[in-house]
Amino acid sequence: MSADRVLFDEPGPAGRRRIRIVTVVTVLVIAAVIALAVKRFADSGQLAAERWTTFGQLSYVRFLWEGLKGTLIAAGVSALISFPAGALLGLMRISVHRPVRWVAGVYVELFRAIPLLLLIYAFLLGLPRFGINLPIFWKLVVPIVMVNSAVLAELVRAGIGAVDPGQFQAGEAIGLRRGQVLRLIVLPQALRLIVPTLVTQLTTLLKDTTLGYVVSYPELMKQGNNLTVYTHLLIQTFLIIAIIYVLINFALSQLAHALDRRLGRRRVAAPGGPAGGGLRPASEAELAGDRVAPIGQLF
Amino acid sequence: MHVVTDNFGYILGGFLVTVELTVLGYVGALVLGTVLAVFRVGPITPLRVVGTVYVEFFRNIPLLALLILFVFGLPDVGLTFSLFSSAAICLALTGAAYVCESVRSGINAVPVGQAEAARAIGLPFSKVLTVVVLPQALPPLVNVFIGMALGSSLAAAVGVAELTNRTQQLNLQYAEAVATFLVAGAFYVAMAFLGAGGGRWLENRIGRRVGARR
Repeated sequence: MSADRVLFDEPGPAGRRRIRIVTVVTVLVIAAVIALAVKRFADSGQLAAERWTTFGQLSYVRFLWEGLKGTLIAAGVSALISFPAGALLGLMRISVHRPVRWVAGVYVELFRAIPLLLLIYAFLLGLPRFGINLPIFWKLVVPIVMVNSAVLAELVRAGIGAVDPGQFQAGEAIGLRRGQVLRLIVLPQALRLIVPTLVTQLTTLLKDTTLGYVVSYPELMKQGNNLTVYTHLLIQTFLIIAIIYVLINFALSQLAHALDRRLGRRRVAAPGGPAGGGLRPASEAELAGDRVAPIGQLF
Repeated sequence: MHVVTDNFGYILGGFLVTVELTVLGYVGALVLGTVLAVFRVGPITPLRVVGTVYVEFFRNIPLLALLILFVFGLPDVGLTFSLFSSAAICLALTGAAYVCESVRSGINAVPVGQAEAARAIGLPFSKVLTVVVLPQALPPLVNVFIGMALGSSLAAAVGVAELTNRTQQLNLQYAEAVATFLVAGAFYVAMAFLGAGGGRWLENRIGRRVGARR
């Protein structure tokens, strides 16, 4: 709060009065909007107790829990494959061999520009015509891995690019080979810069698994959909599911924040560390995280 | 290949819907996201809270869940939007959370001296923000555009007849998968590259690092 104060002077009496008035008005507007929404829900009977209490039944809880398990397994397996694959592709992009660089470059540019859903449809409807019919689980996970490894490759490359070039030169100067420089000096620093963004990437993976809805893999969304076929409680079911996603992703992004602050503090404490020039002294990791923000991953 | 030539109008129509969704979502997300960012750095506490809650909710909800709630849920409470406008609204709503965060980190990255200088010459908060700080805190415009183009494909899952949806329809009708998927993929790749190219061109025109964070 105090840091953002840079944008405006400590308000005087008139300013404080104005702020108070605007505050009251906003609170009233917000209250009105909420009241309106609640009224709409109540009028259409969506708030009726039995429409919500059913979700307390053990069978319902168990049904959604199965879905959550499916979601976590799909996201976990996707992460386990796409993180190493992304690291490999990222290293290939900075290889000294032109063909290697080129192959990785084409792969990354291509798969960052193709929507995941299109790829999933290709696996679902296209490939089986050519005899490639993967089990449902892999029809979801393989496309997720293909897209996310491309994004992660860019992230790794950007992380390496954010390490001071002097580190490379110093490593070479003491006679290390290129592989050693990367492994011993550059990568540990690059990893530290991108760890918060990597954690954020987990939320993207988690959201990507919602497309299990399309391939009929029983994750949270699909299970929810199956549930509504019997109960017709669509709003309730999907609100509950949305809240589950929001909570998990919120926890993950808080973790990313915490990591960012921790790693950032240690960095800034180092002698000669760059002083934050911004309104809020941003940590280096955060700046790097900003610089290496993955492309095309809004959702 | 004749699947594509026979149905080229159909595919092109889908592409146009994708473009429309992308542009609407893009503009909506930029405007709403910037407004929210201003809320989050302004002096009005309830607005800060609104900004924070909004971002945490819409950044963390999967777009597909939001689409389903909008398209299949809202009619149950007596609100009905067309499929197309539901998709555009959902894209703008989720995109805005991303834009808000990048504008806010952009604001935080503007050197303190800029805001202090602006205040020193007597500019009020609104002027400090709109004249001095915000123009230097643009979100990664190219990134948001490409993300929007890719994200718009999710509208296919709730039945909006855009490019991905029509590709899938053609696949159910004909037995030629390769051509249709390649063409659709090419359209998306072209869109991403045109967006990136256009962004670079704009960047050079303005002569500043605007969308350089590719």
